[in-house]
Amino acid sequence: MLLLTCPYCGIAAEETELAPGGAAHLTRAGPEASDAAFDAYLFLRDNPKGPHLERWRHAMGCGKWFLAARDTVTHEVYGTYPAQTREPPAEVVARIRARHPGWSWRSAG
Amino acid sequence: MSTRLATGGRRIDRTRPLDFTFNGRPMRGFEGDTLASALLANGQGLIGRSFKYHRPRGIVASGPEEPNALVGLGAGGRFEPNARATQVPLRDGLAAESQNHWPSLEWDLGAVNARLARFLPAGFYYKTFIHPRRFWKHVFEPAIRQSAGLGRPPREPDPDRYEQAYAFCDVLVAGAGIAGMQAALAAARAGLSVWLVEQAPLPGGRAPVDHGAPGAALAAALAAELAAMPNLTLRLRTAAVGLYDHGYVLLDEALDPAAAGGLRQRLWRLRARQVIVATGAIERPLAFPGNDLPGVMLASAVRDYLADFAVSPGDRTVIVTNNDDAYRTALALHAAGLAVPAVLDARPEVTGALPAQVRAAGIRVEPGRGIAAVRGGRGGVGGVAVCLQAGEGAVLEEIACDAVAMSGGWSPAVHLWSHCGGRLLWDEAQALFRPDPDRPPTGADGRAMARAAGAANGALQAVAADARRAAEAVLRALGADPAAAPPLPAEDPPPEAPILPVWVMPQGAGPKLKAKMWLDFQNDVKVSDVELAQREGYESVEHAKRYTTLGMATDQGKLSNINGLAVLAQARGAAIPEVGTTTFRPPWTPVTLGALAGEARGALFQPLRRTPIDPWHAANGADFEPVGLWRRPYCFRRPGEDRAAAVAREVLNTRNRVGLLDASTLGKILVKGPDAGRFLDMLYTGRMSTLPVGRCRYGLMCSENGFLIDDGVAARLDGDTWLCHTTTGGADRIHAHMEDWLQTEWWDWKVHTLNLTEAFAQIAVVGPEARRLLERLGGMDLSRAALPFLHWAEGTLAGIPARVFRISFSGELSYEVAVPAGRGLEFWQACLAAGADLGVMPYGTEALHVMRAEKGFIMIGDETDGTVIPQDLGLDWAIARNKPDYLGKRAQMRPEMTRPDRWRLVGLETLDGSVIPEGAQALGEGTNANGQRNVIGRVTSTYRSPTLGRGIALGLVARGPERMGEVIRLAAPGIAPVAARIVSPVFHDPEGRRQDV
Repeated sequence: MLLLTCPYCGIAAEETELAPGGAAHLTRAGPEASDAAFDAYLFLRDNPKGPHLERWRHAMGCGKWFLAARDTVTHEVYGTYPAQTREPPAEVVARIRARHPGWSWRSAG
Repeated sequence: MSTRLATGGRRIDRTRPLDFTFNGRPMRGFEGDTLASALLANGQGLIGRSFKYHRPRGIVASGPEEPNALVGLGAGGRFEPNARATQVPLRDGLAAESQNHWPSLEWDLGAVNARLARFLPAGFYYKTFIHPRRFWKHVFEPAIRQSAGLGRPPREPDPDRYEQAYAFCDVLVAGAGIAGMQAALAAARAGLSVWLVEQAPLPGGRAPVDHGAPGAALAAALAAELAAMPNLTLRLRTAAVGLYDHGYVLLDEALDPAAAGGLRQRLWRLRARQVIVATGAIERPLAFPGNDLPGVMLASAVRDYLADFAVSPGDRTVIVTNNDDAYRTALALHAAGLAVPAVLDARPEVTGALPAQVRAAGIRVEPGRGIAAVRGGRGGVGGVAVCLQAGEGAVLEEIACDAVAMSGGWSPAVHLWSHCGGRLLWDEAQALFRPDPDRPPTGADGRAMARAAGAANGALQAVAADARRAAEAVLRALGADPAAAPPLPAEDPPPEAPILPVWVMPQGAGPKLKAKMWLDFQNDVKVSDVELAQREGYESVEHAKRYTTLGMATDQGKLSNINGLAVLAQARGAAIPEVGTTTFRPPWTPVTLGALAGEARGALFQPLRRTPIDPWHAANGADFEPVGLWRRPYCFRRPGEDRAAAVAREVLNTRNRVGLLDASTLGKILVKGPDAGRFLDMLYTGRMSTLPVGRCRYGLMCSENGFLIDDGVAARLDGDTWLCHTTTGGADRIHAHMEDWLQTEWWDWKVHTLNLTEAFAQIAVVGPEARRLLERLGGMDLSRAALPFLHWAEGTLAGIPARVFRISFSGELSYEVAVPAGRGLEFWQACLAAGADLGVMPYGTEALHVMRAEKGFIMIGDETDGTVIPQDLGLDWAIARNKPDYLGKRAQMRPEMTRPDRWRLVGLETLDGSVIPEGAQALGEGTNANGQRNVIGRVTSTYRSPTLGRGIALGLVARGPERMGEVIRLAAPGIAPVAARIVSPVFHDPEGRRQDV
């Protein structure tokens, strides 16, 4: 039962208050996208063993979507941050790197 | 035979006798007894039958690890199967019964299985799958199903209550033995908020039994200190059953319903910053032939029954051990005036202080000895045959006795530690798995969230020192000063002599003896079964477990797991840590479904949403059906009518005169802002930005996969405001979908959304007389000229502010009127009054469905199932092709979506006018690779049409629209194929003349 802090309302929310939304920082592929690019956008997801950037909605709370950096092995939470960004904040990346030296997001492509 | 001694028993109150029954036989115990101690006190050695071989079984243990003494308790709705007699507090009038036998406990026909044991080896169940194939279905499965399962479930609803509660603390300590109390006290003295939970009815753990008066005094002193701490909560009869992510712990608290207002159990959902696992250790049985007979018990259990309940296991108890600790049992029996004919110690040399005391008491100690056989049967133990531990089991001597106390050493109760990722290490010196301090379960910050203390940490003897160390680590982790917690009064006893690991007794036993050495008592798994599994290739401990069912019973192998994996390791010739343990999963002890459900049953199972007009429905014959969390009238039945007749009447009345539908559950989402039009153009397949103010337009929403997820009519309220109607089930989902895109993709677009579903009551007035009815209410011009089809207007009707939409889901002249929710009922009644002489009648959801199907209108969830795109449904007209983008557009360009042979919407008409069964499939030619009939489509909606007087259906058929007039065959399980003609999906008024008037 995860405990994630909503960056909007500041509440440490129980997992039951939250709705998961899959991988964060996807770039939408529109009608002009190639088959391969659209396929990647729609279906292909990293499944990392370790840090994962993901979307959560504080569904039973303030209703806002936020992003979380969570370790899929240990459930360590490196930080939560607002969804209105194209990349994780520097301090979150720093915390992940402190645990996983050399980690870079989208390293898998 | 076991009996009650004349004096002693620290937990019982002899002034308060309690009467109870076992299998109908009246018995007597005392306040403070467990059911197990009371049964033993009454000489009841035989308690149940084992699962597979129906072997006679008695009580082995004194706590939650008990594998055999499972009983049914109570009667009727309060009947509880599989209760562990060792954990059931005795109460007056308790009715207990034994399980898993027929016709009686003493004479059980199932015991024939024991003679067939040769034919029921490990993996028997799986082998029945293999061959011959027909046997599984006709022979094995019925027989196995018949005999599977222990106990029986209660048939009636449970009249007692269960509740759930939430709690938060700095430190949770699981287990109130000496270690747990020491650690809790240290944390509490440092000013932290502490919860201390103990599954037993009293704190102290093993100390009062194992360490006599000094142990009891220490436990009492600690308990008194704890009671004085205001920041410490102690809960007894409360087991920490699971440790989960981020310090989440489930606690299962047993209550006495008579004293707790009918509450039987309380499930605590506790969030702790740090957890101390002080859950003690579990004594291991020894695997010698006949170790499962009633009268063979764990050595620690024997002294528990003696010290706690003044119950002797028998007059003459032989002790068999591989460690010093079991000598405490010899001393306890001796002190109680009972005979100990011998202590058989597998160790070749016996040197410890405890054995020295035993020898000094004149008790015979036999080093290097084991047991080759236990004499006796269901009546109990008659004696043991002594052999050399080092040999193959040749009998050296017969010793008469009526009980055997065994000890194979202790295993820390590492379950809670392991539930959330804590790892173990093999302690070779003590022959046990204990928590690896370098690999603890970690919390949200990536640091340790749990520490083990005392026996649970493998500190079987230096308990107090270990607890102090664990508490200090927790204090440091929480930023508290360990120095703030003064040292505690406690000294650990002098060390004992080392254990000799013994996994098979005697070590050189052949197959015949090994087939009588039980590992898992409840599931009847023997040493021979584990070895067979290994020989058949099940080398992984997880595979061997499932193949043999070792540790898979209700006790989850608390006694058997370590012995089983050690036997597997020996069979493999591997080291024990190389084999490893199976995964420890929650719960530690079984949690009843009632506790998991809590108060969420009956009316409280889930919220019930009611429309503002619901009271009228309830008072006027509404036959409700659930629609999401809402309840809606399916139809309004009149006296003598069945559902079908009511629906037919409602349809015909609406088509011929006028009907009222409570459409308040329809989703109503306000979308407003400078970018609202642009936003809606992305959400809908059609173009909403060009919709003129005052107009309505039907729209479709798709997911990025291209699949249809919702439909409804949007109305443009003003220059930057739209009101989007969704399906009843879609309101919350579509609102969340909108917010998802607004917040995470187009966050710079200036748009607000607001879910107004419950703010308005919405009433559809439908039928040829609809206009006349509404005009009588007065206040608005509702003529065709003033308010044409697919327009909306605002005004007052019957003095109530109203927004009127000219939209139709029935094909009839139709007005949907939204009024403030608080005035919905008033408006409904005004319509009924005004339309009385026009024949107005309410109609329900089924009439709505029938009428929309007659018109070929799709229903989300019927015609769509998450694989259907608008183009499949002939809804191309609702897609703005020249729009550069919308959600789902790119996906709908994928080759699979543009295949010409996709299943597409058609109408289906049976040749004989009958109604096609729901779920019918359209039969194709030939069969697929699995030998199943090919299908070319399916029925999505099917009804009897009162308007047309015959069956109609909508369906998806491969190349359907190109096959108009073709006759296909439709089949459903158990029903003969029906011939049906492919027709247009619009069965009624195809020109749409009736709605646009």
